[in-house]
Amino acid sequence: MIDLYVIPLLKIFFILTGVLITVMYLVLLERKVQAWIQVRLGPMRVGPHGVLQPVADVLKLFVKEDITPVKADRWVYTLAPVIVLVPALIAFAVIPFGTSVHLFGRKIGLEVSDINVGLLYIVSVASIGVYGIILGGWSSNSKYPLLGSLRSSAQLISYELAVTLTFVAVIVMSGSLSMVGIVNAQYNHGVWFAFAQPVAFVIYFIGGLAETNRSPFDLPEAESELVAGFHTEYSGMRFALFFLAEYANMIVVSAVATTLFFGGWLRPFPNVVSLRFLDFVPSWAWFVAKTFCFLYLFLWIRATFPRYRYDQLMRLGWKLLIPIAIANIVVTAGVKLLL
Amino acid sequence: MAEALTFYTLAGLILAFAVLVITARNTVHSVLFLVANFLFVAALYVLLGAQFLAVIQVVVYAGGIVVLYLFVVMLVNLKRPPEAHHDPRRRSRLGVTVALVVLAEIVVIGLYGYVQPAGPAAAATPHLVAQNIERVGWALYTEYLIPFELASMLLLVAMVGAIVLAKREL
Repeated sequence: MIDLYVIPLLKIFFILTGVLITVMYLVLLERKVQAWIQVRLGPMRVGPHGVLQPVADVLKLFVKEDITPVKADRWVYTLAPVIVLVPALIAFAVIPFGTSVHLFGRKIGLEVSDINVGLLYIVSVASIGVYGIILGGWSSNSKYPLLGSLRSSAQLISYELAVTLTFVAVIVMSGSLSMVGIVNAQYNHGVWFAFAQPVAFVIYFIGGLAETNRSPFDLPEAESELVAGFHTEYSGMRFALFFLAEYANMIVVSAVATTLFFGGWLRPFPNVVSLRFLDFVPSWAWFVAKTFCFLYLFLWIRATFPRYRYDQLMRLGWKLLIPIAIANIVVTAGVKLLL
Repeated sequence: MAEALTFYTLAGLILAFAVLVITARNTVHSVLFLVANFLFVAALYVLLGAQFLAVIQVVVYAGGIVVLYLFVVMLVNLKRPPEAHHDPRRRSRLGVTVALVVLAEIVVIGLYGYVQPAGPAAAATPHLVAQNIERVGWALYTEYLIPFELASMLLLVAMVGAIVLAKREL
């Protein structure tokens, strides 16, 4: 009874709280990191060094007027941010934050549920997220959102293919679709899959940038191009949901990259006995540290690279990434068969 | 008991959304109800212990095919064309005939197609659940190889057709 209901609910509560707070401070971190790269300081006024800026942002979004365009489709307009946010949050159900802990005489795994098709679950949840963007743009009954949402959703479904193909390569290597199984496979092989599958990792990360509409693939929501893309007409709390969903997606992509390619919660060189002294660091700390490295990479790339034009973006996805990903799978399967 | 309750709830929801699909005024709402329908069907697959199939249902149907429907519905102006010939009696006669044929089919299947229900172990035994994907993979490549290849050819033909239609010059 407790194992079936109470513990998962507690895990969900902690994960959701953690994600929401992380998103809030990720927004601040983005502004700060971009600022430092651009040799300026970023938010400094609210709290020491701008640390309370997220609180100010949340308050602002709460009290902002909620505008609905006149001829907008009321139901779909309200539902679109929810459809974007829910998949971003439920993807956290299968992410393993660490190895199991022993609390109150019970062995509790640090993922909400280790289903046997965990990786495919994340793919399926990502495909549902596309709906929110399409519907958000369409239901606003306005030109810029419609164009932005069409571009954005076409981009998403194109890069979803490349990303799923890299997952196949990882599955071929690990022999399991469950996220915990993939981390264990990396432990058994003694190598993180980023080094065994560098091509897949690079393609996954590029695809992840495109999947979350982040630079350099953020044409659909670039301010100078389409006002604000599919969320132009949204204000206040609805916009906050879109915003939240984008950053939560970033965290999911980083967490999946960590789990699939960088050993999840394993310490560096997990099979080397002489480094056993590093075991005092808890497994979830390794996981969080690695995920933050990827999040920082997201922010770093945003401040560094110029934007891709839309046709260049689509050409990259279809003509470059997908063929390379397919070739990678063939080579991986061939090598695995021969060895 | 809990399983029966879940099944009937899911089945009721699936039917409800299916009815909403055909009765919704707005076509986009129709498509959205269809998505909800597919998601509940995926939940039904999970209830049956076929998690792989459930996830594939969401990825392919709800996440791929219906997105395509949505694009078409949103971008194509769907106004009813004026009917050239319109005989209401003829139409309803056809409708009633088709409905009666389908009803007869259902009755025949119900009476003569009765199959012994599977044993109580029909719902997932642990090792079967864990081997979901392996079993599907084996079945596809041994017993159902020909249909698999035919389906692949069909998809290839569809792809080539789409490219031929969309290209400006060959």
